[in-house]
Amino acid sequence: MKQNSLKGWFKSGAPGVWISGGAVSIAVIMTIGLLSVIAVRGLGHFWPADLIHAEYNVPGDTHHLVVGEVVQKEEVPRERLKSAGLPVPEQGPEFMTRELIKVGNRDLNGNDFTWVVGEWLTNQSTPPELMAIERREWGNFYGYLVNVKENGKVVAEGAAAWPELQARVKRVNDLAAQLSQLEKKDIGAINYGLERIRLQGRKLELDGKLTPQAQADMDAERAELNARYKAIEDRLGELHAQFNRDSLTARDANGKELVIDIGKVVKAYQPNAMNSWQKLAMYFSNIWEFLSQDPREANTEGGIFPAIFGTVMMTLIMAVIVTPFGVLAAVYLREYAKQNTLTRVIRIAVNNLAGVPAIVYGVFGLGFFVYVLGGSVDRLFFAEALPAPTFGTPGLMWASLTLALLAVPVVIVATEEGLARIPRTVREGSLALGATKSETLWKIVLPMASPAMMTGMILAVARAAGEVAPLMLVGVVKLAPSLPLDGNYPYLHLDQKIMHLGFHIYDVGFQSPNVEAARPLVYATALLLVLVIATLNLSAVWIRNHLREKYKALES
Amino acid sequence: MQHESSTHGINMSALGRTKQSLNLESEEVAIEVPGLNLYYGEKQALYDVCLNIPKQRVTAFIGPSGCGKSTLLRTFNRMNDLVDGCRVEGEINLYGNNIYRKGEDVAELRRRVGMVFQKPNPFPKTIYENVVYGLRIQGINKKRVLDEAVEWALKGAALWDEVKDRLHESALGLSGGQQQRLVIARTIAVEPEVLLLDEPCSALDPISTLKVEELIYELKSKFTIVIVTHNMQQAARVSDYTAFMYMGKMVEYGDTDTLFTNPAKKQTEDYITGRYG
Repeated sequence: MKQNSLKGWFKSGAPGVWISGGAVSIAVIMTIGLLSVIAVRGLGHFWPADLIHAEYNVPGDTHHLVVGEVVQKEEVPRERLKSAGLPVPEQGPEFMTRELIKVGNRDLNGNDFTWVVGEWLTNQSTPPELMAIERREWGNFYGYLVNVKENGKVVAEGAAAWPELQARVKRVNDLAAQLSQLEKKDIGAINYGLERIRLQGRKLELDGKLTPQAQADMDAERAELNARYKAIEDRLGELHAQFNRDSLTARDANGKELVIDIGKVVKAYQPNAMNSWQKLAMYFSNIWEFLSQDPREANTEGGIFPAIFGTVMMTLIMAVIVTPFGVLAAVYLREYAKQNTLTRVIRIAVNNLAGVPAIVYGVFGLGFFVYVLGGSVDRLFFAEALPAPTFGTPGLMWASLTLALLAVPVVIVATEEGLARIPRTVREGSLALGATKSETLWKIVLPMASPAMMTGMILAVARAAGEVAPLMLVGVVKLAPSLPLDGNYPYLHLDQKIMHLGFHIYDVGFQSPNVEAARPLVYATALLLVLVIATLNLSAVWIRNHLREKYKALES
Repeated sequence: MQHESSTHGINMSALGRTKQSLNLESEEVAIEVPGLNLYYGEKQALYDVCLNIPKQRVTAFIGPSGCGKSTLLRTFNRMNDLVDGCRVEGEINLYGNNIYRKGEDVAELRRRVGMVFQKPNPFPKTIYENVVYGLRIQGINKKRVLDEAVEWALKGAALWDEVKDRLHESALGLSGGQQQRLVIARTIAVEPEVLLLDEPCSALDPISTLKVEELIYELKSKFTIVIVTHNMQQAARVSDYTAFMYMGKMVEYGDTDTLFTNPAKKQTEDYITGRYG
């Protein structure tokens, strides 16, 4: 009887439902788990955590004071601590806590993070006047404010020093914005102009057309640019003097005093004195800074805006290149080519191309696009710049092209499927009205296949935006000096190197000297990469659904 | 020659129309098929078919499934060219010109010989754009001309009153019967000389079918119409001449009344009395 019911249960198909349902739930759980891990770890980094002040007593050693932020706590077997050389007592509990504290003050201590044994931390407190300073160099400083100075003279001390400091930090940040505008935009434009004149002169020289008249024109132009540069330089000098006017004196946990130029301060805050709302406001402003600013300190501090921009830019250019290529190839394969062994072989080859490891494309891109194509382009069109390469070096153009090559099979396959799904009757309807094959193709078939093309593009974007390995060879760098899109003609600089979120993760996580500081950034950047790809995809999906709506009735 | 009797289950009087005396010999010929063989690869689909399609008359092809009537119809505008491995031997003359001669402009031929298919196949465009599609293909883009053509064609297809207020809405929102009449409008908009209808009512409900049949009757005065149908009542109702095909051969061809009431061949009689097919 029991066996019968078991048999019946199998026969009813219920196990199949359970197994397939289980597979779906596992997939969902994994996705949610992945996203939540990177979200929690990445987003936690921006919260202005409380700072602690404590005594650290290592048995049999002098005690000293510790100030900082507890980043991580873990339970460790006593034996392990012992074998690590720590003077743990012979008797005691089996597990002890170990805490990772961000103590900052790299210029004083040598490193920002330190592991301590939790049991040896005593007299913990969170004094409200404890201050954290985010600096442009040397990472964070944790300690107490002593006074604020202007031109070396003390202007505020004690309780009055804190508001004074805030006002002066704000002034410095305004100056920093002006400086960056001058240095990056204005001087950048002048340098760009000078370089253009140099190349122009070199080109004329190469062509043997360098007349005294042209030379004089260029000299005049150059003199004009140099005069403008002089003016900006004077202004810069002035601003720099202003910038370095103020300084502050701070005391670290052990009473050592330190003078910090306020010009080096990004922001100063007292997390222990802040309430939750203030912390929340600061949290979002930190996230915004992360999204909108340039990186500092070997990418371990500051924002990642250039990487976001580079990723989006490269993906968009890739999509613009790959879609027409893939669609045309699919149209030929499906509509024009004879369906014989050769087309079958081509189709198999295209499908297999999608499975080639990405790094192989990178090698190909470097060998063919960068050196062969880029080299020829340089010899033909940018001879005046040689031996410095223009396109003969990794750059945005080649990165996009390499990714386009990598993603083109996806577009071909998706478009072909779309073309195959268009009812024959509709094509015949067009042909029967006296339309030629190509008219039918352009006016009827391709518009109807556009949702499928969009699907191909979505898959291509999804595949290409997350790719890192080939990019390291063909145009992505750790730190790009400027964005590929700016106000200098021709505005979009396809020859420039770019930053990329995927590579940024690799760089920050594995090439950074400051591992502990970089770890949360890895998660935050990973989360952002996922979000950027999701945004690109969702917008493409939205467009596709819009198109699909238009041709819905014919799907049956 | 009027048949009041209801021979072989088909009530000729139910047609409600008096047919004038018809004589195939005296008609002006639109399409002349002097002897046509057609092959799909190795397989022969049409065997030495001979017939003349009279001008401005409705000619129906009947026969069991797979007898080659649709294939024959599709040779008139060379739609069979689209089928891989399809080969035609012999010639078809449209007003004296062989449409299978070398260098024939197939697109132009198809403009002159329009076709309506079994399932309505409107384009995923507006009603207006569907009707002017053929004209735009010919390079006609003047709005006034197109507007007039749309009205004329939609009126000709008895659809104007139903859609005149929503010309710029998607054609896919129309009912099946309306879609089929739209397709007919689209076809007559390019003013073809011959109209080929390949089972135009097989996907339609009875009321839509009736409308399309009435339309065919109206269109006869302007176009030469060839219709393929499975429905013998329909053939009897709408056509002037009927050809019965069987296994790729033309069995009998003559005026509809005679063919249905007094077939000359045993095979024809067996088919129309429902003994096979």
